[in-house]
Amino acid sequence: MNVPAAWYLILAAILFGIGAFGLLTRRSALIMFMCIELMLNAVTLTFVTFSRTLGDIGGQASVFFVMVVAAAEVTVGLGIVVAVFRRRSSTSVDELSEMKG
Amino acid sequence: MAHVATLIILFPLMGFLIVVINGKWFSERAVGAIATGVVATSFVTSVIAFVLLLGGAKREVTVQLFTWITVGTLHVPAALLVDPLSITMCLFVTGISALIHLYSMGYMKGERDYRKFFLYMNLFVFSMLLLVLANNLVLTFVGWEGVGVCSYWLVSYYFDRDAAASAGKKAFIYNRVGDVGLLIAMFLIFSHLHTLTYRTVFAHAGALSPTVATLVVLALLLAATGKSAQIPLFNWLPDAMEGPTPVSALIHAATMVTAGVYLLVRMSPVLALSSSGRMTIAVVGGLTAFVAATIATSQRDIKKVLAFSTVSQIGYMVLAVGAGAYSAAIFLMISHAFFKALLFLGSGSVIHSLHGEQDMRKMGGLAKYLPLTFPTFLVGWLTISGIPPFAGFWSKGEVLTNVFEFSKPLWVLGVVTAMLTGYYMSRLFVLTFRGTERFREDTHGEDPHEAPWVMTLPLVVLAGLSVLGGVLDLPWIHGASLAGFLDPTFGFIPAHAHASTLAQVTLAAVDVVVAVAGVMAAFAIWRDRVSSDRFEPSFLEHVWRWDDAYDAAIGRPLTAASQYGDDVIEPRVIDGAVGAVAVGVRRSAEGVRKVQSGFVRHYALATVLGMAVIVIFLLARAG
Repeated sequence: MNVPAAWYLILAAILFGIGAFGLLTRRSALIMFMCIELMLNAVTLTFVTFSRTLGDIGGQASVFFVMVVAAAEVTVGLGIVVAVFRRRSSTSVDELSEMKG
Repeated sequence: MAHVATLIILFPLMGFLIVVINGKWFSERAVGAIATGVVATSFVTSVIAFVLLLGGAKREVTVQLFTWITVGTLHVPAALLVDPLSITMCLFVTGISALIHLYSMGYMKGERDYRKFFLYMNLFVFSMLLLVLANNLVLTFVGWEGVGVCSYWLVSYYFDRDAAASAGKKAFIYNRVGDVGLLIAMFLIFSHLHTLTYRTVFAHAGALSPTVATLVVLALLLAATGKSAQIPLFNWLPDAMEGPTPVSALIHAATMVTAGVYLLVRMSPVLALSSSGRMTIAVVGGLTAFVAATIATSQRDIKKVLAFSTVSQIGYMVLAVGAGAYSAAIFLMISHAFFKALLFLGSGSVIHSLHGEQDMRKMGGLAKYLPLTFPTFLVGWLTISGIPPFAGFWSKGEVLTNVFEFSKPLWVLGVVTAMLTGYYMSRLFVLTFRGTERFREDTHGEDPHEAPWVMTLPLVVLAGLSVLGGVLDLPWIHGASLAGFLDPTFGFIPAHAHASTLAQVTLAAVDVVVAVAGVMAAFAIWRDRVSSDRFEPSFLEHVWRWDDAYDAAIGRPLTAASQYGDDVIEPRVIDGAVGAVAVGVRRSAEGVRKVQSGFVRHYALATVLGMAVIVIFLLARAG
């Protein structure tokens, strides 16, 4: 069975939309991280899709970079979240608004 | 010759440097002696230079010291021009200055800043000699400015007195106005002749168009009015009386005020090109002589009378320059240096004996208390009044004879001024030395005492010079005299129908008659009076309201404009603009800071929206 490329793209768009929606609506830093991961994965999915469709290995290679960066980002990001949680016993980002103008 | 000429100006400079660098190590007496000594040595050097010049084949020597400025076509050497004119100036500048220095050693005793006084005096003499000996206008200008700044320092010597401080500033600012004239003259000459060296300028002066020549002459006249205190810039000089009396003597007799006349005489080949310019010079000089003489009749301060008499006498010199009688102008300058130094130092001696009193209403009857000052002052008084056979009679007569041939109205003005001169000087003499004694209050009942020898010796020497000064240029030795010595310097002298001997004698007789008339009028009026509203009109006492007119025409509008600037422009326009920028930045910042809510999702939303816009844009383009 040959799944058409459009389906992958639609799935990626849906995943991205869910991620973006979650990022905008949730307050917990952890959930927001998950949403970011979701968006990142949606993008990598499109990369792979186009890579296969166009027969260009570059897209798949990029995915590895994205995954590495995402891993690094999560490491740093979770470290910050843990540090914030230790101070405030909460991960709600709305409380982290000291820097507002 | 070269070394001798250089030494003339180096000695005062050396004195200045010695005192300025290690004056503190010397006692005050030693500083005074050094300062006096260097000027006296400079005088001796001048005499040597004079003798060498007389004996030399060439009556004109240029001494190259070093190249000072070379920019494009402008070459300004530091070079000295030794010719009859400059050496004559040197002789009396250094001679009179040395006597004044000697006098100052006594007069300034116990004054504060004794050393500073003498180093300024030496610098003053140095500047004047540089001005006189320079072989180009730029170097002359250096001396010109040096004289100006030294006068500023010395006039405001008692700088903690308001009057002295503002008199110094007034002198400086009036001089600056005149300096502009000299600068303009230099610019004009350089732009047309591409040189500022006197000899070259004179050689090519014919290339100046009549208009340019007139402009140059008028600019030089402006310069001279500033330095030599002529209308319209004369009123700094009387205020300069705030300085110590020896300074007044130095400014009035030897240095400073003669600089303007010297400049005009030096530039005589350019003056020759513009008869309208020379007429203007003559009119300015004549008017100044007259106006200043009228003012002098109503002053009560002894030094103010002398100050206005200087203005008046310099007016005569300028008048003579305008009439083309350059050697007469220099002759009067020299004899004026003798008798005005004498009068100032004499008045200083009077003031000294009365513990600083300068008001003539509080003098009187001093003749018997000042056995040396009185006779010397008497000589000075007779000399300036134009009584024969003293120097003033010959020099003033020489000027008036030349003016008579030049312009009759100006001659009448000059003769009236001569009468006024006799009048105001006799008034001064009567009020100071004769009549009742009115000084007891100032001297606490004691008798005034005569000054020490360092002060009286210069008086005696100057009195001798005033008596004998006339022999420099007696009319019947014309050719072998000062005029014969100087005339080759001037290049071109406007030809007049030379007055016959009979005419000359008649004119001289007129001079004597008016002078005696003035003297007798003064004796008649002031023998029994001390002050009089009728003979001292407030219009004359207040200098023809000249200062008030300047105040109304320049001072007050400027003050009003400044006040307007302070009240309106500063707070509204300048502060307003600065404030508006600040307010504008703050307002817009207040709008923008709302964006920084601190909520991550707001930033995320902005990112998403931005991305959406980009996507839509790309899609729209693709579609």
